[in-house]
Amino acid sequence: MHVHTLSAATPAVRFAGVTRHFGAVRAVDGVDLAIAPGEFFAMLGPSGSGKTTCLRLIAGFEQPDAGHIEIFGEAVEGLPPYRRPVNTVFQDYALFPHLSVGDNVAYGLKVRGIGRAERDRLAREALALVKLSGMEARRPAQLSGGQRQRVALARALVVRPKVLLLDEPLGALDLKLREEMQSELKSLQRALGLSFVFVTHDQSEALSMADRVAVFNEGRIVQVGPPEDVYERPATRFVAGFVGSANVLGAAQAAALGGEEVPSSLRPEKIILLGHGLAEPAEAARLEARVVEVSYQGAVRRVALLTPAGLSLTALVPASAPGAMVGGTVQLAIPRGALQPMEGER
Amino acid sequence: MTRASLPLRIAAVGGLAFLHIPLLFILLYAFTTEEKSYAFPPPGFTLKWFGVVWGRADIWAAVGLSLKVATIATVLALVLGTLAAGALARTRFFGREPISLLFVLPIALPGIVTGIALRQAFGLMEIPFSFWTIVLGHATFCIVVVYNNAVARLRRLSPSLIEASMDLGADAFQTFRLIVLPNIGTALLAGGMLAFALSFDEVIVTTFTAGQQSTLPIWMLSELIRPRQRPVTNVVAVLIIIVTFLPILAAYYLTREGEAVAGSGK
Repeated sequence: MHVHTLSAATPAVRFAGVTRHFGAVRAVDGVDLAIAPGEFFAMLGPSGSGKTTCLRLIAGFEQPDAGHIEIFGEAVEGLPPYRRPVNTVFQDYALFPHLSVGDNVAYGLKVRGIGRAERDRLAREALALVKLSGMEARRPAQLSGGQRQRVALARALVVRPKVLLLDEPLGALDLKLREEMQSELKSLQRALGLSFVFVTHDQSEALSMADRVAVFNEGRIVQVGPPEDVYERPATRFVAGFVGSANVLGAAQAAALGGEEVPSSLRPEKIILLGHGLAEPAEAARLEARVVEVSYQGAVRRVALLTPAGLSLTALVPASAPGAMVGGTVQLAIPRGALQPMEGER
Repeated sequence: MTRASLPLRIAAVGGLAFLHIPLLFILLYAFTTEEKSYAFPPPGFTLKWFGVVWGRADIWAAVGLSLKVATIATVLALVLGTLAAGALARTRFFGREPISLLFVLPIALPGIVTGIALRQAFGLMEIPFSFWTIVLGHATFCIVVVYNNAVARLRRLSPSLIEASMDLGADAFQTFRLIVLPNIGTALLAGGMLAFALSFDEVIVTTFTAGQQSTLPIWMLSELIRPRQRPVTNVVAVLIIIVTFLPILAAYYLTREGEAVAGSGK
């Protein structure tokens, strides 16, 4: 066995020009990425965007047609899943129905030839880590969805992977449980210092949990960066529309509102409706618009606006502010810097 | 609870009688004193035919041959049928559907066609008729039964279970032994038992593929032509009923338990 010297520059996972076809479909099309050790990395995209295939390429369930994949500096092309230092939490959990919870968790240890007593002890520890102590004798069928999710997590963690892969692990849980698991996953990842690679189509999940987000569309990564960057400065129309909602302006429209002459995004919450006692920002473009529609959404109101120049805009205003009247005219302020030129559309 | 209507009850009783009265006649004439024809009512009752059966070597040879053929054909079918099911249940490749059809075809073909085809094939390849030609003949339809059972169960097995096993460090062999086999075990048991039963009483294909040996059904058929000691066949039939009933009962309870376990994962 040769010794690796892991410098800080050695990524946990590295893709170089990775391509995977299914027939004529390019599921993954020339993807480059580097995931740092200890990073919580989200792959975000609509279904069919290639994010799950990328995860399966890391796990070894798929082999690339072109390009290069490394895990901690070691090339893994051609290595079967059971020879890779990564483990997966499956979307449907994939718990073995004929085994008890304890035996499910101990499975990876059993196939490594670890003795009964030792693997039972490690399985108990792993179940304690996910707060399922005492559940060893149960069958998967006797557990709730949230508990199954935790068993799947314990089963993957007990074999000490270098990278944990999670395939839409929260998709099947209800909202409350999902929020609970989000913060638990995050604290678990911090405590273990592991790289988590997380596939999701839920942008709020990606934004709230990840250190960095890669946005996938049609087999390519269209933008990668910290959640704030991706949200505040979407690089393309696709990102602007998929990550949160945004007003997308053409180059001329952006220039007319004081921005650069480049297609730009404008987040609805950045638009200020004047005349409700709100201070007008010092540097802002002002314009008039007609209120087309108002919908109440609890914390905010969504206001659909139409400018005399024919530009449709959506604004989010605090619900506590006095309501804009449908059919009425309002004054808008768009602060300088609210318009974000989309780098991918230049 | 509502009671079934009178016509329905009559129909049910009639159906049961139709199925089981012939079996009662088998039982009845195993004890008759008349050995040439089946007169009703039997002129008298005796246990001597059981003694006769016990003493006849040709019966035991036929029973032994049938058991051996059925066992080996079943084992062959279990191995090949499971492998074929494993290959065809999941993967998609060009020609999958025709191959799948070809696997099932032998059971749809009349036995007489299979029999003639095998006989001519053995003849062309100059394979002498023997114990093994009988086994091969039986394996053609035994494989189908195992294949059908295994493929149905494999399709219900979530593919991510196999991926999860590989992901956790198990190679293909460990995955098969620890994950796939326990989940399709009851299906293989049911398929294997059916294969065994089919082989045990097969007449047509055996007629074309056997040499001088006679399996139990062939022995029975030839015995009917003989004018004397007719009740001997009845005694053998009664013994077969007893011997086959026990494993069927066992399999029923075994698979029922298995279903509960397999079903609990759903």
